[in-house]
Amino acid sequence: MTFQITIDGRAVPVEPGQTIGAALHAAGVRAWRTTRFGGRPRGLFCGIGVCFDCLITVNGRPPERACLLEARPGDEVTTS
Amino acid sequence: MSDVIVIGAGVVGAACAYYAARAGLDVTVVDRGPVAGGTTGAGEGNVLVSDKEPGPELDLALLSNRLWGELAAMGGFEYEPKGGLVVAETDEVQKQLVELAAEQGVEYAVVPGADLRGYEPHLAEGLAGGVYYPQDAQVQPMLAAAHLLRHGAESYGHGTLHLRTGVTVTGFTRSGERVTGVRTDRGDILGGAVINAAGTWGGEIARLAGVDLPVLPRRGFILVTEPLREPLIRHKVYTAAYVTNVASDSADLETSAVVEGTPAGTVLIGASRERVGFDRTTSPRVLARLAAQAVALFPVLREVRVIRSYCGFRPYCPDHLPVIGPDPRAPGLYHACGHEGAGIGLAPATGLVLSQLLTGARPELDPRPFRPDRFSSGTPVEPSPESSRATEESA
Amino acid sequence: MSAPDDRVSAACDLVVVGGGPAGVAGALTAALRGLNVVLVDSGARLGGQYFRHQAGAAHTATPGLDRFLRQGRALGERAEVLLGHQVWTVTRDGDRLTVHCQTPDGRPVAIRCRDLLIATGAHDRPLPFPGWDLPGVLTAGGAQALLKGNGVVAGGRVVVGGTGPFLLPVAAGLAGAGAEVLGVFEANGGLALARHPVLALGKAGEAAGYGLAMARHRVPYRTHQAVIAAHGERELEAVTVARLDGDWNVLATREVACDTLAVGYGFVPQIELGVELGCQTRPDADGMPVLAVDGRQRTTVDGVWAAGEPTGVGGRHLAELEGRIAGLAVAGAPVPGVLARRRRRMRAFGEALHHAYPVKPGWQSWLRDDTLVCRCEEVPVARVRAALALGATDARSVKLLARPGMGWCQGRVCGYAVACLAGERPRPPRRPIAQPISLGALADLDTH
Repeated sequence: MTFQITIDGRAVPVEPGQTIGAALHAAGVRAWRTTRFGGRPRGLFCGIGVCFDCLITVNGRPPERACLLEARPGDEVTTS
Repeated sequence: MSDVIVIGAGVVGAACAYYAARAGLDVTVVDRGPVAGGTTGAGEGNVLVSDKEPGPELDLALLSNRLWGELAAMGGFEYEPKGGLVVAETDEVQKQLVELAAEQGVEYAVVPGADLRGYEPHLAEGLAGGVYYPQDAQVQPMLAAAHLLRHGAESYGHGTLHLRTGVTVTGFTRSGERVTGVRTDRGDILGGAVINAAGTWGGEIARLAGVDLPVLPRRGFILVTEPLREPLIRHKVYTAAYVTNVASDSADLETSAVVEGTPAGTVLIGASRERVGFDRTTSPRVLARLAAQAVALFPVLREVRVIRSYCGFRPYCPDHLPVIGPDPRAPGLYHACGHEGAGIGLAPATGLVLSQLLTGARPELDPRPFRPDRFSSGTPVEPSPESSRATEESA
Repeated sequence: MSAPDDRVSAACDLVVVGGGPAGVAGALTAALRGLNVVLVDSGARLGGQYFRHQAGAAHTATPGLDRFLRQGRALGERAEVLLGHQVWTVTRDGDRLTVHCQTPDGRPVAIRCRDLLIATGAHDRPLPFPGWDLPGVLTAGGAQALLKGNGVVAGGRVVVGGTGPFLLPVAAGLAGAGAEVLGVFEANGGLALARHPVLALGKAGEAAGYGLAMARHRVPYRTHQAVIAAHGERELEAVTVARLDGDWNVLATREVACDTLAVGYGFVPQIELGVELGCQTRPDADGMPVLAVDGRQRTTVDGVWAAGEPTGVGGRHLAELEGRIAGLAVAGAPVPGVLARRRRRMRAFGEALHHAYPVKPGWQSWLRDDTLVCRCEEVPVARVRAALALGATDARSVKLLARPGMGWCQGRVCGYAVACLAGERPRPPRRPIAQPISLGALADLDTH
């Protein structure tokens, strides 16, 4: 059953088993953080846990790789 | 033909070359690897006065401290005069720290336990106190070495300072007793004087000249964390045990927490000391110990991830003092090595004093405690460790 | 230092790191011979990159997936399979190895074993070009992972570029899933699609299938062309496609509006666990360091074996075969000559592919001074060149002076490019901490 997570309070639908990165990408959200020097937007790149571009803050925890992290109902993503 | 040949393009060799060029000498720097590829590239960039007991090394450190400030004004590398905070777990240790600080004759402030978090908001609870040293600083050592060489090359006439990387010294040319240059895998290079600034490998270079120099590797690991958006740690923070470990002669593993942030946002965590030759095998036991000590000091670090570690080999001499000056056993050969874990901090004073010795000027401080032949009174020299090239990286 | 260790969570004969075709075949083969086997993989499901699949979904068209899933089920009955476990280091004391992992919730797990099979696969090898860090630019493998693992089509108007046969299944998959694939831009001449080398291996079905899919969706396949720049404000809006000469210098350019780019220039075998253990490496046909193994998949270090891409990129058939050979060898069983002969043939084919799809030096002419080389530490080309001018003579000293490779990914993404810019062959990666681990978890290992 499809469920929802939020990004900065906005709802994003998720198919069971999808990673947070995939769900966001599918919803047209392609960037969720900015780089610390140049402020460049970052989202998925390698998609398999190698590049760490897609680091994401979920439920206030330290940043994790969105491409590896399976979404759970009610996850709250905050952009940074 | 150069006036001076410097062996080693680490930070000490770079400083020697820079000050020699500034004194009007023509300099050739040779290194078998790249610039800053040895221990310089495996250091934290410490420019410390706090960890030194009163004596010749502290004098050298204070001079260096001033010189680093001047050199940094030339630009090209980070220099952070951020201050050091030494913390004590118990009142007894705090008392010793305060006594040491009073003897050192450097700037300091006693920090009562209740005020520690004014300096470092994330320090653990229950620490007895500490001493704050405003003169402690940090440089990015690889860039510092590279830029000293560049400034030396560009500021004192074209061709004054010549850098040759990928050149391995294989021996010395002699005229009678006198050293007249170096033999290398790319041919002989002649010079009026040769400076051995080969760091941890300084003993091997000395042996090529037929003299003993007891420089041994003392391994250290450093943990590097993920880059943090907000700096958690403002100063260089370490526990009192660091001071005793620095001065210890043990070959066994010794660790003490040294924690600091960097401009890149990472946190660096040291320091371990072991005499195990040039063994680069990663030791999870040591890494775990370093992590445990760091989170004991800063519990907030528990959640922070380590993304890499590296190790390096401090050039250790039995009396913990560097070797600086002419070697009477091989006229024409000078040494500038054996700075153990303080090479970054002590490099400028080393270079300045050597340039003054080379030009016959009066040295800024008394170099006699650092003389190269001080070990020959029967100090046993351990067998040669296997030669090993640095292949590690730094912060 | 060999005190029995209460931190060890499990002990077994063989630990296999990696749950792709090589790892699963190796683990299953050894388990069937009676060994006590633990397989560790960082993913949520077995499969690795090639057999990545959605939970419970059997509709994917990945050839061979059914068979792989059967193997996976058989393995689950005979061995312990630890998913979501990241190996951060492997240590040795005496004749025992300890594999240190971290669970998804950050708990340390240590498994002691006599033998270790490294089946860690490979990841895409990207090349930097202006704008390659814009959101919407993905590696080819990344686009594939989105589709296979998540059922997500990477974009609406998609360009596929790079070099190598892997671009074909990526483009075919995207087109089949509804994306408008505007073109596949193969930087090399390669071979005509109909004579694609995959055919030579008797895999006509696969290649023809991709070709048919591409024809059905009218996907243009252009050789000697490449994406040399990506454009957009906050995300990808267009790419510059260039016609190239034989060295990949630009002959002519045009812009193509698109929202997604999937790009890949070959693969980087993941060998760091072997390198840390002291295994000897050799340069693969494309110069990438891989673990040296003998005919029984044994590395130069006792008890350490490797199979699949870490011994040289050769695809999933070779990976499975090497896994089987390794499983037999670890169990002390003879390796039938037929397997050895097949392996030699497939390895030769893998090398032929490397020669057909090389990376040519002209890519460096696509760079601008401000093009990022290292995405993590945001190091532009200009700073890499400045480091070289300051006396850096190799990739390592470039890293020390300019920081490319010092960040989160530890040079996995930029390492190849930095080596090229430094004028040397990529060296075996030194990553003593192979995966990030929290200081808390590391501290908990301290027995002091």
